[in-house]
Amino acid sequence: MASGEEDGSLEEKENNNKKRAKSAIATAWLTFYNIAMTAGWLVLAVAMIRFYLQKGTHKGLYKSISRTLKFFQTFALLEVGHCAIGIVRTSVIVTGVQVCSRIFMVWFVTNSIKQVQNEESVILFLVVWTLTEITRYSFYTFNLLNHLPYFIKWARYNMFIVMYPLGVIGELMTIYAALPHVRKSEMYSMRLPNKYNVSFDYYIFLIIIMLSYIPLFPQLFLHMLRQRRRVLHGEVIVEKDE
Amino acid sequence: MCAFQVEPTATILEIKSMFHKSSNLSADSWTVVFTEAKSLKDEDILQQLPVGTTATFYFRDLGAQITWAKVFLAECAGPLFIYLMFYFRLPFIYAPKYDFTTSKHWVVHLACICHSFHYVKRILENMFVHRLSPGTMPLRNIFKNCSYYWLFAAWMAYYINHPLYTTPYYGQQQVKAALIIFLFCQLGNFSIHVALRNLRQPGSKVKKIPYPTKNPFTWIFMVVSCPHYTYECGSWVGFTLMTQCVPVAFFTLIGFIRMTVWAKGKHRNYVKEFRDYPTLRSAILPFIL
Repeated sequence: MASGEEDGSLEEKENNNKKRAKSAIATAWLTFYNIAMTAGWLVLAVAMIRFYLQKGTHKGLYKSISRTLKFFQTFALLEVGHCAIGIVRTSVIVTGVQVCSRIFMVWFVTNSIKQVQNEESVILFLVVWTLTEITRYSFYTFNLLNHLPYFIKWARYNMFIVMYPLGVIGELMTIYAALPHVRKSEMYSMRLPNKYNVSFDYYIFLIIIMLSYIPLFPQLFLHMLRQRRRVLHGEVIVEKDE
Repeated sequence: MCAFQVEPTATILEIKSMFHKSSNLSADSWTVVFTEAKSLKDEDILQQLPVGTTATFYFRDLGAQITWAKVFLAECAGPLFIYLMFYFRLPFIYAPKYDFTTSKHWVVHLACICHSFHYVKRILENMFVHRLSPGTMPLRNIFKNCSYYWLFAAWMAYYINHPLYTTPYYGQQQVKAALIIFLFCQLGNFSIHVALRNLRQPGSKVKKIPYPTKNPFTWIFMVVSCPHYTYECGSWVGFTLMTQCVPVAFFTLIGFIRMTVWAKGKHRNYVKEFRDYPTLRSAILPFIL
């Protein structure tokens, strides 16, 4: 009986050790990932500022940073994986939608439709994304290292109130500016008749994407508002007790 | 909160209707009744419950509900009629010069017959073969479920019945082979549904392991737990081959994924429930999945 009990607790200890080791690896990886992403978006911010200071115009700015942007924005796909395997406690769907909308903008709008690269709306969403991502990734980094300054938490959960709508405006204006070029070039489109018996009109697809912002944006925005209430509201209660 | 006086022989159903009358719940709302110990069914009788001379009941409003039977009917009737709308080329779908014409390709007529046959069979099975649980689901689920079937049906039907439809690459051979696969799987699917129905006596709650019967289509039970899903996927593979249409292939793929998830769940339940469950069986694809 006694040996049975010992075996039981030994197995438990082994499992606990394995769990602790796994979570240590996860934390180490996430810390590295978030530091790298913070650095990447800082580099983007610096590059954009330098370009504007040197050239005095925004024309050609997108082209100069496009490779760095594509690299770091695409890398963010890993975040969906983090949620899927459970090392980050966020919904896979919410993260998936946000990352996919970014990937879509970068690869299927500004990358493919070169005529929109000099639009002001592109600069708008680039600035918004850069500010948001630097705040977000530094928040995660400091959080993982358990040394989170309040101002970063405040920024992360308040800036979005302005940044999110501005970013959406920038993205929608860019897609809208791209429409006539897509119509003319018929890019990514497939017409009937063909042996697959399917058709695809990228122009209509872009319009559907624009319309999808109407139901999706409020949901994501409300999600952030709820997070904000939970995180910042909790903080207030603690202060009151003190 | 309200108080009633009832006879000890009162059933939960009677107590529920007294509650409904006195409260403002709409007639469509369903309520679940439970005590602190457990949830109660309509047939339970008051004096058989572990309560004293006064009993406290809690009612939870589930909102408007709809039965499985009605949901299945809506899911199947929709695609049936939607496809026919495209087949007969009702106005505003294609260019006006094609209104009310039919395709010149015989495979398009065949596809319409197969698609319609599939959904008519489903509706008849829902009415006469399946022993559906009397359970319900929230009313808004019907919108989600129906949109899936209805939108996909419209998407497929649009291309198959399009004036610019292209017939299958390998012509008659391809269509004939596809038709054989389709019919074989439809028969198989029906056989499984009948076999599953005959497993249980009406009203009995005893669960049994399904086994192969004299019908050769049921011999697949030797290697698969949910052959009705297997045959269903096979039917749609046949239909894809017959129409050579990417939207159909897409529908088949997504259907396969959904059915695999359901099959794996059912398979897991079988294995948990029965110690002697045949080990040779896979969930949906013999030896693979």
